[in-house]
Amino acid sequence: MYSFWIIFKQAFKTKAMTKSFMITTLVVVASFFLLANLPSIIESFNGNDNSQQTLQVVDETGQYTEALQAQLNQQGSSIQVDASALSEEQLRADVESGDRDAFLVLEGDNGITARYIAQSATESAQAAELENALQNLQTARVAEQLELEETELAQLFAPVGMEREALAESSKSQEELSQARGLVYILIMVIYIAVIYYPNMIAMEVANEKSSRVMEILISSVSPVKHMFAKIAGIGSLGILQMMIFALAGYLAIQSSGSDLTEGVFSVMGFSEVKFSTFFYAILFFLLGYFLYAVLAALLGSLVSRTEDVQQLMLPMMVLIIIASFISFSGISMPEAGYVTIASYIPFFAPLVMFLRVGLLDIPLWEPLLSIAIMLLTIGILGWFGARVYRGGVLMYGSSQSLKDIRRAIKLGNGK
Amino acid sequence: MMTLSIKNATKQFGGFTAVDDISLDVAEGQMHGFLGANGAGKTTTFRMALGLLTPTQGEVLWQGRRISYADSPDIGYLPEERGLYPKMKVQDQLVYLARLRRMDKKQAEQGAKDWLERFEVPHYANKKVEELSKGNQQKIQLIASLLHNPKLLILDEPFSGLDPVNVEMLKKAILDFQKQGATIVFSSHRMDHVEELCDDMSILDKGKLVVHGSIREVKRTFGKQNVRIHSDTDITALGELPGVEKFTAQRSGGVFRIADEAVGQHLLARALELGPVRQFALEEPSLEEIFIEKVGRAHV
Repeated sequence: MYSFWIIFKQAFKTKAMTKSFMITTLVVVASFFLLANLPSIIESFNGNDNSQQTLQVVDETGQYTEALQAQLNQQGSSIQVDASALSEEQLRADVESGDRDAFLVLEGDNGITARYIAQSATESAQAAELENALQNLQTARVAEQLELEETELAQLFAPVGMEREALAESSKSQEELSQARGLVYILIMVIYIAVIYYPNMIAMEVANEKSSRVMEILISSVSPVKHMFAKIAGIGSLGILQMMIFALAGYLAIQSSGSDLTEGVFSVMGFSEVKFSTFFYAILFFLLGYFLYAVLAALLGSLVSRTEDVQQLMLPMMVLIIIASFISFSGISMPEAGYVTIASYIPFFAPLVMFLRVGLLDIPLWEPLLSIAIMLLTIGILGWFGARVYRGGVLMYGSSQSLKDIRRAIKLGNGK
Repeated sequence: MMTLSIKNATKQFGGFTAVDDISLDVAEGQMHGFLGANGAGKTTTFRMALGLLTPTQGEVLWQGRRISYADSPDIGYLPEERGLYPKMKVQDQLVYLARLRRMDKKQAEQGAKDWLERFEVPHYANKKVEELSKGNQQKIQLIASLLHNPKLLILDEPFSGLDPVNVEMLKKAILDFQKQGATIVFSSHRMDHVEELCDDMSILDKGKLVVHGSIREVKRTFGKQNVRIHSDTDITALGELPGVEKFTAQRSGGVFRIADEAVGQHLLARALELGPVRQFALEEPSLEEIFIEKVGRAHV
């Protein structure tokens, strides 16, 4: 156990001290703060010019502007309108020269006809608000002309009450689902990145030790199996630490932005109704996925002689992870699909897909437990198999780097 | 007591036999030299001794049992392919590798310092290995193999690629280490190093052990001697005499290989007949000659 800890600490320390690790961590943390504060940052940049500017209205009838302002205020819009003293030609020239962002022309006696003139058509948020307000204005005017009662008007515009009810027991209500979706999406993304990033680190590390030939000294000192698992555990702990830093940074970033977790953008992510079990499963599947792919990566890393060849041999593994991500990202909109259910029991897809299912559906406990058991079994088999390949692989130097080398490596390790 | 004992060890890789039925004992406290051409099976033999490779047949025992990772603190190894972490600092690296062999951290730190001083490179302690010259890297590599005070030290080509000054420094360190009681096995293709350092030696050729024993014994049983005659006159003709196996001309005279000592006296008499003899010597064969004889013949 003594040497296990020494390798563990070494793997953890040397990786944590690398510039690339620190820079990656810093960049991600910084981007969290940037993202969380993005709305206020954007506001501070264009706070004074267009949002505060009063929109000039060329009102030919002279009766709409005031009503429009009242309607806008009622809608909670910040747009200020003012009947312009300038002619349409003058305003048009202003917009063309860039002195003015936009202006509005209102015409017509019975039906309102509006023209919104701006530099580019992309400033549509303001236009849409105006259109909405004008529509309401129009409706109110027509209702007045038709002499409709207030109650009649309400009847006319009463929305259809439509509720979606899911009969399947495992299904969550639509409301719950859409809330869970955002969070699960983000966590799948995190697991996906983690099972690519950290196992890749392991493969590179193993290939590095092999190409610098320090491996022969290492495995003459400590058994290759111990060496492999100590390394996997060391880098795994580093991964957990990094994830914890990210989580803390994310939390602090949101706090610093002054917004509430249940408001605005974050309400879409489902933070308002955070379920503890979702996070618990996220951590569990992160660990299982990591170990599964880390053992595979160590095995593959032990086969190459030069670090340049790592990526080539890692390709089959990457394909597995990418397929898993496809299944789970497509499954977000239909978590009950048959292929999602099947994939959640296939060990290499399970870390992502089973997490999707436990995150979005109310499935019985035995389902994730079975999937976890399958994964643990696979990790065990891979570990046993990987250790045998590793033992021979680390002594094998040659130009060929294909999966056929696995057989050669096992032979060499076995002494046959 | 025999510390390292190789018993009928054979190692095959696929259809290729790298080591073919080798039996060999190395006594405690001895220095044993392994000679062999490239690809003769030296490294494979070492890897079997270390337990990195399992023999196809036979076994390698250390103090009566097979080497396992439990013996790790007692064994030191300098691989033929030198390998250290290029980006790690020398001192950290030495301590890490010693601790992997279960040495105490404080002892390892002190030991690393002492050895760096002994090899006159204490200022490299905080340098990265990749910044060091090859010769200095090799010093570090040797320190890494013996810092934890192993009882068995296996050195695969410890002197290759070093300048003469450093070879002397390392030789002395290895001899001193042997005096402290360690059993040392090393391989080389430099006969003079083996001749100078070893008690026992063996020659491997294509996986087979062709010579094995103490150096004196090997030389005696080789049964051949060299006669060196320096003369002012041309003595080339003497090379044709019966009993002379080989004649190598030198600037003033030459060396005759003979199997029978009496031929030497005869050669001297004939040389005196031709002219005055400046030097006459009856010499033991060098290991180099034995090596070429044993291995070279097999190649023909």
